[in-house]
Amino acid sequence: MAANSGAFARGVAASHRTRRAHVAHRPDHEDVMLGFRRIPALLLAVLALLFAGTSCATRTPSPAPEAPVEDPAAAFPAQITIEGQEPVTLPQQPKSIVSLSPTATESLYAIGAGEQVKATDQFSDFPQHAPRTDLNGLTSDAAAVAGHDPDLVIAPEGAGKLVEGLHELEIPVLVTPSAASLDEAYAQIETLGQATGHSRQAHDVTRRMRDDIAKIVADTPKPPEPLSYFHEVSPDFYTTTSHSFIGGVYRLFGLTNIADEAGGAGNDFPQLAQERIVQADPDLIFLADAKCCGATPQSAATRPGWDTLTAVRENRVIALDDDIAGRWGPRVVDLVRSVSDTVARTQRP
Amino acid sequence: MSSRLRPGPLLAGVAALLLALLGSVLLGAADLGWTRVLGEIWAQLTGGHSPLSEREAAILWRLRVPRAVLGALVGAALGVSGAAFQGVFRNPLADPYLLGAAGGAGLGVTLVITMLPQAGSAPGAAQAAAFAGALGGVALTWLLGRSAGNDAATLVLAGVAVGAFLAAGQTFLQQLRLESLQQVYLWILGRLSTAGWSDVLLVLPLLLVSGAVLCACGRLLDLLGTGDEEAASLGVHPGRARAVVLVAASLATAAAVSVAGLIGFVGLVVPHLVRLAFGGTYRIIVPLSLLFGGAFLVLADVLARTALAPAELPLGVITAFTGAPFFAVLLQRSRRA
Repeated sequence: MAANSGAFARGVAASHRTRRAHVAHRPDHEDVMLGFRRIPALLLAVLALLFAGTSCATRTPSPAPEAPVEDPAAAFPAQITIEGQEPVTLPQQPKSIVSLSPTATESLYAIGAGEQVKATDQFSDFPQHAPRTDLNGLTSDAAAVAGHDPDLVIAPEGAGKLVEGLHELEIPVLVTPSAASLDEAYAQIETLGQATGHSRQAHDVTRRMRDDIAKIVADTPKPPEPLSYFHEVSPDFYTTTSHSFIGGVYRLFGLTNIADEAGGAGNDFPQLAQERIVQADPDLIFLADAKCCGATPQSAATRPGWDTLTAVRENRVIALDDDIAGRWGPRVVDLVRSVSDTVARTQRP
Repeated sequence: MSSRLRPGPLLAGVAALLLALLGSVLLGAADLGWTRVLGEIWAQLTGGHSPLSEREAAILWRLRVPRAVLGALVGAALGVSGAAFQGVFRNPLADPYLLGAAGGAGLGVTLVITMLPQAGSAPGAAQAAAFAGALGGVALTWLLGRSAGNDAATLVLAGVAVGAFLAAGQTFLQQLRLESLQQVYLWILGRLSTAGWSDVLLVLPLLLVSGAVLCACGRLLDLLGTGDEEAASLGVHPGRARAVVLVAASLATAAAVSVAGLIGFVGLVVPHLVRLAFGGTYRIIVPLSLLFGGAFLVLADVLARTALAPAELPLGVITAFTGAPFFAVLLQRSRRA
């Protein structure tokens, strides 16, 4: 964390320096805002914009930065550290990133590093315009990734062989493990900011996430008695305990997980016996296997014995978006909102 | 060594199966209390007052009992078809998946899940695909084997080739649609965790017919074991006899696979166990493999449900865990013998 905030401070300082350098040919927000005070100034600003546009168009290619660079090259070389992973040294701001983690892809676009992303894995379906390829973080080999000529590869945990191969090719790889808590998710987004030269925006994103989540939680009516829930990961009842990342989201609302007894011993993703689910009679059931496996509140209601469940009778079986429920990126706010809506619904007559 | 099935072993088999079923009904992840379960059963028999709540009764009658029954049916099917395959091929290593049934079922399920995701998630679609795939795999093996002579050894080789080819097809499809990996693996691992009466009703008729045919074929298998010429001299058409047994065993395997996925070792180990305990003729081994196969799988499922309760272990893991060491011991003994 200390390394992170240090780099963050460096990034901010550097960003002021670049801004001064850019004002000469590129009016930014502050200039335009000032312009609104007086019409002539506004006209001038518009003219300046036009001038900047045409001058760029007619100018011969210059070594000026191609991608929109928020933080300056001065934040580099940077040493990027994710807990439990080898530190990665980046000599300069990466301009050609290959992201093999759908979560990382979402985060990169959210923090304004999207234009640096040259290729993503086949599961990176958000945002839609991400440059998807048939790469796969767990099965692709280093040569296939190197073919995209990256100066930074972001790989998921478990891509051990691929990472070794990329080390051989001297391509920097940042391994992003699954976050176990919201704080780890925030830290990861900020690390991605540091690695791509978007520390400030990354910090903005995580601050907004924290604020949004805090507000949603605060605005959610508190149930008189703690509600219990079952979070379904697969139709044969694999689930998560409250010690997992997603369990942390439910904990925000004080929900109790019916699978906690089944977990333990480092197993946050146990398979629950179906009779146990029926016996526990959860107040809420969240289906995170709608996209993958076609689970719906209707199909859940037809499972043997499930018609006796409170959640089924009271219409409290909720199909989540599998992808949002399975990633630890900025869209976790949407997940928090779904859970909040569901909890709020139980309070209405 | 007797050649007829005596009442003693038969009773032992029936008793093993009934005890396993009883244990399975009394024990489970939900703590219903075995006295209360017995009270509920008694109440159902006598029309008395049940000690269980509505939800507990649902757990017992709609989850636990059909699961136990399905386990018995699947285990019986795998046990009896394993014995039949070992008899037909005169090879103690033969198992129900020998002729491409596993590869075919896997490909069928993968095809439906990857190529027809809409239809694939409909109830029963994966089961139907597995069933059709398993029969298709066996048929392909049969055709390939026939073109090359159709003796037992050729069929086994054809089965190996077909199985490998179908498995490759399955892997290829999975690589095309990696997002379906989870669903395919869930199915292949083998499970009774989602069992209900609808699954029981789906496979019961098929298993009854094929099980009955195989039990009746014990004498044929014994005759085939003496050699084709010998069998022919006793009025048996070896090719036709083999065909009847293989069709019935393949049907039983396909039915089992369609509801429970690929559960290994039952069809391999149970006939050996029976042979060791009760004697060497197929008239005895085949029906007893049916009974003990059912008992074995029901017990394995009890373990799967209770070892880490309230979490479950995959059933295929339990059968392999208990089956593989047992098989190693058997190998040792057969070498010494």
